[in-house]
Amino acid sequence: MFDEPNKNNPPFSKGSSKYENPDSVMIGLEVHVQLNKLKTKVFCGCTTDYHNDPPNSHVCPVCLGLPGALPVINKRAVEAAIKVGLALNCKIEEHTQFYRKNYYYPDLPKGFQITQYDFPISSGGYITIEGEDGEHRVGITRAHMEEDPGRLVHEGTIDKSKYTLIDYNRSGMALLEVVSEPDLRSPKEARRYLDKLRNILEYLDVFDGNLEGALRVDANISIMGGQRAEIKNISSHKGAERALLYEIVRQKNVLRRGGIVVLETRHFDEAREITMSMRSKEEAHDYRYFPEPDLVPLKISGWAPAIKETLPELPDARRMRFVEQYGITDDHAKALTSELKLAIFYEDVAKKADPKTAAVWICDVLKGELNYRVLTIDSFRKEHMLSVIGLLASKKITEDGAVDIIRTLLDKGGSPDEIVAEKGLLKVEGDIVSTAVDEAIKENPQAVADYRAGKEKALNSLVGAVMKKTKGRADARAAREVLMGKLG
Amino acid sequence: MIAKKDLEHMAWLSRLELSDNDKEKYTPKLNSVLDYFGELDRVDTEGVEPTYHVLALSNVFREDEVNMPGKSLTQDEALSNAPKKQDGFFKAPRMM
Repeated sequence: MFDEPNKNNPPFSKGSSKYENPDSVMIGLEVHVQLNKLKTKVFCGCTTDYHNDPPNSHVCPVCLGLPGALPVINKRAVEAAIKVGLALNCKIEEHTQFYRKNYYYPDLPKGFQITQYDFPISSGGYITIEGEDGEHRVGITRAHMEEDPGRLVHEGTIDKSKYTLIDYNRSGMALLEVVSEPDLRSPKEARRYLDKLRNILEYLDVFDGNLEGALRVDANISIMGGQRAEIKNISSHKGAERALLYEIVRQKNVLRRGGIVVLETRHFDEAREITMSMRSKEEAHDYRYFPEPDLVPLKISGWAPAIKETLPELPDARRMRFVEQYGITDDHAKALTSELKLAIFYEDVAKKADPKTAAVWICDVLKGELNYRVLTIDSFRKEHMLSVIGLLASKKITEDGAVDIIRTLLDKGGSPDEIVAEKGLLKVEGDIVSTAVDEAIKENPQAVADYRAGKEKALNSLVGAVMKKTKGRADARAAREVLMGKLG
Repeated sequence: MIAKKDLEHMAWLSRLELSDNDKEKYTPKLNSVLDYFGELDRVDTEGVEPTYHVLALSNVFREDEVNMPGKSLTQDEALSNAPKKQDGFFKAPRMM
């Protein structure tokens, strides 16, 4: 019933040239997403707002695994899981239930993790990404619910520390594990998949990606002629790309030397950007799953239609609407919808200014200046963008002047009008330009002679001289025309 | 049929140290448990809905409200039974 393509997530057109994938790279990702917009943990009433608090200050008998404690599932966590499942085009299962996954590691106080096994809450979906050869569909095997383990702090590095310190504040946070099919063909595609997934989760308002530990990745990767390795401990999108690039080179080298790529689990050392063998698979994995007797099964597929109605417009749908409604290019629409906050920023500006101009100045100028300063769109006010566009539209400032205003706003603050006054950015026209042109011609006889002798480039140095005289406030194109007129 | 080797594997998974004497004792005991399940296997369950859970209940929830139903402990309370602690953390041997 929920199999049909999501109306909020329409399909893309296919790319033209086919990507060859020379090494038959196959990558599948398991992404652990914290549903950190909930107020409480998944099975107890402890707060999710622990990030600035001392260790073990938001724990209770349930998330510490004390004897006799009874977990009860958070209804909003189930609703959030359904929301994500639907947005990833998954089927919401009729019957879903929890299991105990048994293993001994100090991040789990109970000796098992409550998770899902053969009855996950949702399965069989897909995400569309920008692939190596155009739009590429990545299958979602399932997205299942589980509890987050505690946080371990190692003195020094994980392989050298003498003991482990444990903070259970994170223990019991609601997690969604999103498991992809091995449909990713390069580290770049893996990164794009993660970007897209994060973007969708933020649109759904179930997830704040800026909080520590909000999204953690395990990657399975194999190349032709070898078995797969599972890489753990990846905590960023860039880290995923680096770990996978390293792993492809490592596996190729093993095969080139006539070795065998074995099935194993590897640990990513983020500082050194390498992966290290942790254990070979066969010796360790025996989780002895059995049904969690303290949590009764869920029959919630009936909630799906109503929740589907409340789904917000998702990135791909918004991108297509931006192209249609505002007449901007697909590249601009893609860039603007890649972050929810940026999309909202754009749309608020586009309602009050020329949408195409707004797209150009936000994507091509503001976004670059923000990235350069490692800032987000929160650092820039919509009103300021509107005044800059207004000043440009009324031809009061030049494009260079507008860039100057944006940079000054980011570096020093203030308001566009103040900056225009302080820096004298008001565009000069008419007589002032004409006078500057006359002076430039008088002071640069060599350039004038060169230009008259047919050297077009000599005109550039004359335009430069005019700009210098007007302190960059003349419009370069206009200055050029006046110069050409006068030099006849 | 559980061999001594299987018993040793299960003991390792549960982090239990068994003496040779224990192993002699437990191997036949576990086999008799397994034999009993073998008897259950002989029951004809054709057309019977599998029992996914021991309780005939579903959809039991709590609302997303802080400290409901139970309150969080203080850090001191949380650490009160810990054999080793440091700076508010539980302290455990290195695991790798």
